[in-house]
Amino acid sequence: MKLKSGLALAFGLAVASLASISHAATELVIATVNNGHMIEMQKLTKFFEQANPDIKVKWVTLEEGVLRQRVTTDIATKGGQFDVMTIGMYETPIWGKKGWLQELKPDAAYDVDDLLPAMRQGLSVDGKLFAAPFYGESSMLMYRKDLADKAGVKLPERPTWAQVKELAAKIHNPPAVYGICLRGKPGWGDNMAFLTTLVNTNGGQWFDMSWKPQLESKPWKDAIKFYVDLLNKYGPPGSSANSFNEILALYNEGKCGMWVDATIAASFISDPKQSKVADKVAFAQAPVAVTPKGANWLWAWALAIPAGSKNQEAAQKFIAWATSKDYVKLVGKEAGWGSVPTGTRKSTYTTPEFLKAAKFADAEKKAIDSANPNDSTLPKSPYVGVQFAAIPEFQAIGIAVGQQMSAALAGKVTVDEALKSSQNSADREMRKAGYYK
Amino acid sequence: MTRFLPRALLSPAVITLFLWMIVPLLMTIYFSLIRYNLMQPEEHGFIGLANYHFFVTDPSFGPAIINTLLLLGSVIVITVIGGVALALLIDDPFPGRAVVRVLLISPFFVMPTVNALLWKHMMMNPIYGVFAQVWIFFGMQPVDWMTDWPLFSVILMVAWQWLPFATLIFVTALQSMNREQLEAARMDGAHYLQQLRYLYVPHLGRSIAVVIMIEMIFLMSVFAEIYTTTGGGPGDASTNVAFLIFKQALLNFDAGVASAGALFAVVLANIVAIFLIRLIGKNLD
Repeated sequence: MKLKSGLALAFGLAVASLASISHAATELVIATVNNGHMIEMQKLTKFFEQANPDIKVKWVTLEEGVLRQRVTTDIATKGGQFDVMTIGMYETPIWGKKGWLQELKPDAAYDVDDLLPAMRQGLSVDGKLFAAPFYGESSMLMYRKDLADKAGVKLPERPTWAQVKELAAKIHNPPAVYGICLRGKPGWGDNMAFLTTLVNTNGGQWFDMSWKPQLESKPWKDAIKFYVDLLNKYGPPGSSANSFNEILALYNEGKCGMWVDATIAASFISDPKQSKVADKVAFAQAPVAVTPKGANWLWAWALAIPAGSKNQEAAQKFIAWATSKDYVKLVGKEAGWGSVPTGTRKSTYTTPEFLKAAKFADAEKKAIDSANPNDSTLPKSPYVGVQFAAIPEFQAIGIAVGQQMSAALAGKVTVDEALKSSQNSADREMRKAGYYK
Repeated sequence: MTRFLPRALLSPAVITLFLWMIVPLLMTIYFSLIRYNLMQPEEHGFIGLANYHFFVTDPSFGPAIINTLLLLGSVIVITVIGGVALALLIDDPFPGRAVVRVLLISPFFVMPTVNALLWKHMMMNPIYGVFAQVWIFFGMQPVDWMTDWPLFSVILMVAWQWLPFATLIFVTALQSMNREQLEAARMDGAHYLQQLRYLYVPHLGRSIAVVIMIEMIFLMSVFAEIYTTTGGGPGDASTNVAFLIFKQALLNFDAGVASAGALFAVVLANIVAIFLIRLIGKNLD
């Protein structure tokens, strides 16, 4: 009886597999992250499938951290589960260099020169494009116009940190409103993303040309001391646990006078449906200290093809579709111009419908254009990336240093002590990885 | 010969179970002895105990062990004492007891991440949290929980989550309590504390042991609450061993160090278990 049902099952499987072979449609497995822009892309997949009836798209949608783990494990062990992967600007240069990604070769209609140069650079290795930007962002200063006016301060387009501090002091009026909100929760993508830009603009860097960590250098000390002092004087309580979402909640409640964070925040805080201060926000470029180099970060979620994919051609087609000009227009038509994926193409920023829907468009484009992942520090650096160093060891170093920074912010240790232990843990990590003896 | 047949028939199940346990364990041990980073898979090789050395010499290692034990100990103490108290409170019938019981038990079904977000934002936020409102109402400076009391905050969240579990076990245990004995004690003039000391607690002994054992297994690896609220900070103030492994190894995709850390956690769990079993083992006979 058992044998019989077993045979039947085997036979059934054989038939099923035969059936799927005879059915010629290519199945494209795409791993992506669960944020708004990507969900929108899934909804619009039917348009792609209609245009390419021989391709069926299968989505694997995951939370950011899980996505990173799944995708990294898959590509490193040559698992071949995915044909298209959503990866960040951090992974792309690392994996491209290792030859784990397929070079993208879109046709002329794709207009690769329309991609914002900063994005194209950040996603290329030696001039070869390894991932196509789906959505990109930089960081900028968002502030309350009404409070600045009341204080009689007019911020220039690119203010200095000294000016920001001065304004923070003037509008700081707790508990009604706090002068400035900045990230403090430890994590390489949380407080360290912001702090790295602050260090960059103070003239610092993560590693020097011989890969020695530079965390006890003067720019780091200046930057972190300034940060701790600024937030302790004019920041909200609980800053050492705040990251993007926490501060967004505070800002929307009108508790923050100023905020330096991802440009995507602009679309949330100027949306009257979720923000109490939607009509009072203004935008400026990320503040600078010693140098404008690396003062604002650069990030992109991009689509790439792992070298092991068996459906290269279909994958190329899909990426060309999802990151095309026409796709942006499609989203504009189907979901409204306020929710098109931004930060990828010049043409998006010349579309009148978009400019009307997004009053932060100008500031965002300027911020992205001014970032250069290959040259973001005043002294020369061996790594790519503005708010991170695109090496495999960086995530662990980032969180270890991030924890020390949050301890300094909370007043548990002094800035010098925090930087000393940060330097030690970065040194351990780099030594273990064999960058130097 | 007669013994052979039953053994042969049993062997598929036993062998499967054995393999199920031993293969992953051996692989973990193997990985812990080689250099194996997913980001640099081309660099393989036997490196002896270097992974262990790297994990143990981490400056966060000491604090992480202490935090793990503190977290474990405090949550167990809070849940056992609180659980017994709550169980005694709802043991006697009163109107609406069924509803109260369901309410008491429900926190256990809240997912850890949700639990953490809820506490972080709704309760402990120093600006708009419930605690801050209460503090302001009494004219006091609101406590900045995540900054000043990070580990205590995590303990509070985890205890809130696990208290219902303890309560549930104790409530069921109390139902098998001998009512006649209680009555006799009352007739003899034993006051409540005496009843508690000589009747209730001895009766609950076995369930207390069970609660401690089960909580110990799960609380060694508390992670979601830390990851979502404090990120292990400020400094190492709320980093436990599970979070340290995540920070040192998983973020780095270093399967070697991760395996070494995991094996270390196994050893730590066993040490704690030996102590606890000694302590409460009598009740488990």
